[in-house]
Amino acid sequence: MKITTAQLNGELKAEIAQISGEHVADCYQCGKCSAACPVNEYMDILPHQVLRLLQLGMTEKVLESKTIWVCAACFTCAGRCPRDVDLAVVMEALRAVLLRKREGSRLKGEEMPALLRKGMPEQGIVSGFRKYTK
Amino acid sequence: MRRIGVFVCWCGTNIGATVDLETVMEKARQMPGVVFAGDNKYMCSEIGQTLIRDTIVQERLDRVVVASCSPRMHELTFRKTAAAAGLNPYLVEIANIREHCSWVHKDKAEATQKAISLVRTAVAKAARNKPLQADQFAVTHRALVIGAGIAGIQAALDIGETGFEVDLVERTPSIGGRMAQLDKTFPTLDCSACILTPKMVDVAVHPKINLYTYSEIEAVEGYVGNFEVTLRQKARSIDKEKCTGCGICYEKCPSKVDGEFEEGMSKRKAIYVPFPQAVPNVPVIDRENCRWFTKEKCGVCKKVCPADAVDFEQSDQLIKQKYGAIVVATGFDLVDLDEFGEFGYGKHPDIITSMEFERLVNASGPTGGKLLRPSNQEPPRNVVFIHCVGSRDKSRGKPYCSKICCMYTAKHAILLKEKYPKSQAYVFYIDVRTAGKEFEEFHRRAVEEYGAAYLRGIVGKVFPSGDKLLVNGVDTLSNQTVELEADLVVLATAITPRRDAAALGRMLGIGTDGHNYFVEAHPKLRPVESHTAGIFLAGTCQGPRDIPETVAQAGGAAAKAIALLSKETLLSDPCVSNVNESLCTGCLACLPVCPYKAISEKTITEKVHGQERRRLVAEINNALCQGCGACSTACRPGAMNLLGFTNEQLLAEVDAICL
Repeated sequence: MKITTAQLNGELKAEIAQISGEHVADCYQCGKCSAACPVNEYMDILPHQVLRLLQLGMTEKVLESKTIWVCAACFTCAGRCPRDVDLAVVMEALRAVLLRKREGSRLKGEEMPALLRKGMPEQGIVSGFRKYTK
Repeated sequence: MRRIGVFVCWCGTNIGATVDLETVMEKARQMPGVVFAGDNKYMCSEIGQTLIRDTIVQERLDRVVVASCSPRMHELTFRKTAAAAGLNPYLVEIANIREHCSWVHKDKAEATQKAISLVRTAVAKAARNKPLQADQFAVTHRALVIGAGIAGIQAALDIGETGFEVDLVERTPSIGGRMAQLDKTFPTLDCSACILTPKMVDVAVHPKINLYTYSEIEAVEGYVGNFEVTLRQKARSIDKEKCTGCGICYEKCPSKVDGEFEEGMSKRKAIYVPFPQAVPNVPVIDRENCRWFTKEKCGVCKKVCPADAVDFEQSDQLIKQKYGAIVVATGFDLVDLDEFGEFGYGKHPDIITSMEFERLVNASGPTGGKLLRPSNQEPPRNVVFIHCVGSRDKSRGKPYCSKICCMYTAKHAILLKEKYPKSQAYVFYIDVRTAGKEFEEFHRRAVEEYGAAYLRGIVGKVFPSGDKLLVNGVDTLSNQTVELEADLVVLATAITPRRDAAALGRMLGIGTDGHNYFVEAHPKLRPVESHTAGIFLAGTCQGPRDIPETVAQAGGAAAKAIALLSKETLLSDPCVSNVNESLCTGCLACLPVCPYKAISEKTITEKVHGQERRRLVAEINNALCQGCGACSTACRPGAMNLLGFTNEQLLAEVDAICL
């Protein structure tokens, strides 16, 4: 792997920082997030490795991983982190980056009243709207 | 018949678990002269010592044997205990049944037999112990401090402040040492020179501190309270009294050589002041590189000097002085990088040591404080820092951690970013060790605020590629190999004692460890004293440490020296050699073997068959004798005896242990 200054300060890295509001440089790689994760055995890269790859600007590698989809967003990692890095939020940001890349939005504004009438929970509409729209 | 008491210590389970002490006591009671044997869980405790004191009185003991730890640990303790009960302290004997027995054996039955042997040996010797009296001798109220870096400066100031005279000896032309070379200090980023130079000036003007720069220790004789030291004040070739420090001489000097203070990154003249804040601000002529001294031509400095201070005729001065105490503060060197070809040091100007980096960012350095690549004088963009170059490397370097590199590298990463906000620092590390006040916070600032990229792994190879350097490393956290293009590579080079530390150690009679660091008397409890009484240690000559630790240790060494200098007299060790003049044949075989020059010859007059006869015998100077016993071994007629370890005592021990 070639590390370059451009890679360290990549746009994608900045986007994840902007979405999550988290500072991945704060992580000192103790591995507590990975140790505490209840679903770690189903992941291809461990949670602390997600942060390490992000620190090095290897964001693509993270986005290709299964891990970000295996994450149950249980926030155990965030709760235990000694450096106050909310990895669960970073995971969500990674998912958002991918979802936002997808074309179009599955939800359109005009469809919403009908959906609501059909009994779709408001929370579902809000989260769907967020996920599928850029 | 003697009345010997044997006191057996359990040392908790240290001895008690491996040696059957009941059996030891039972056997001890049957040994010749033993009238009492008792035990305690900790004989050195107040209760244990009270038992010894009370028993001496009740049982009218005239000799005491304590079977316990090494005499290095508690011989003094038990001697004091015996003295408190009115017994001469030299009538106490220690049987070392811990270090020499329980700690090194597992089999209880065999260990018990050995413990009994050791006790029998001590009893046999104790029976022949004689009361000894310590002599008093006067203390010279003057201290010598060797090395005028921050450690020596601090020690000299602390001793001088109490009113004792201090001679501060420095090998180079100026005081200041390594700290004067540094740019900023971690973790506060104080300017190193700004906090050091006021102390340097304090030293220069202090009425009690006598400064000997450009001087070295030539010889050390004597002993605690009365060291006799010969200093060589090298010829400066400048009359210090006349020189005004105007600097015209070194402006005009035509000879240029690599400057030591600038780590060879810029040239100095053959007549030079090492750095602008030098104390004393008096130039020196480096005779090896001066045209006058090598070719007998030039002499420009002498012609231009407006004060007529240049003196080619000056010669080295030998100065003899007596001291009560010595503080050794000789500092550190960097490890030789020739062994580490993979980092390419010396093969490319942009591969530098951290010390060179300090000079590159320093306002008085070769680039005037602009951090520029030595190869092309352009600002660096990507800078790779490599930790542990020669440290923690038992094959080619030093097995120890140099302790300061993690912190100064974090400092360098911060300074780089401060100077060039668009630059990027890459730091290859194995572990980041930040044990110190505000250290971890400082390191995290380098990472979090200044964006230094820390990569966990050591670099495998650095090699030039075009006008850049290619760095091959690995990040073991992400399991990725790393290839980087760098403008500057900075090696956090291991620190070592000064190259000639071992030679100085031999001159002073103080020990050095396998790496030539001076050894403290006890790693925990006597960290600023050497094994030789009256010689104290400060700073990196004893081991890697940072500035605050060095200053604290220098203060500690000064306090120990002051405590010694405050005494009018000291008690000598009475275990010195003694000549039985009636047996001495005057062969003087003892004279050349004495390492302390304590033996001389004298003529005595005696009456033989009513006639007066004069003959030669050996004489011991009790103050110089260190009790090594070399003379008693060399003495053929057996006239020479080391008091406290006489031939009779030692042979009794041999007999006892062989029985």
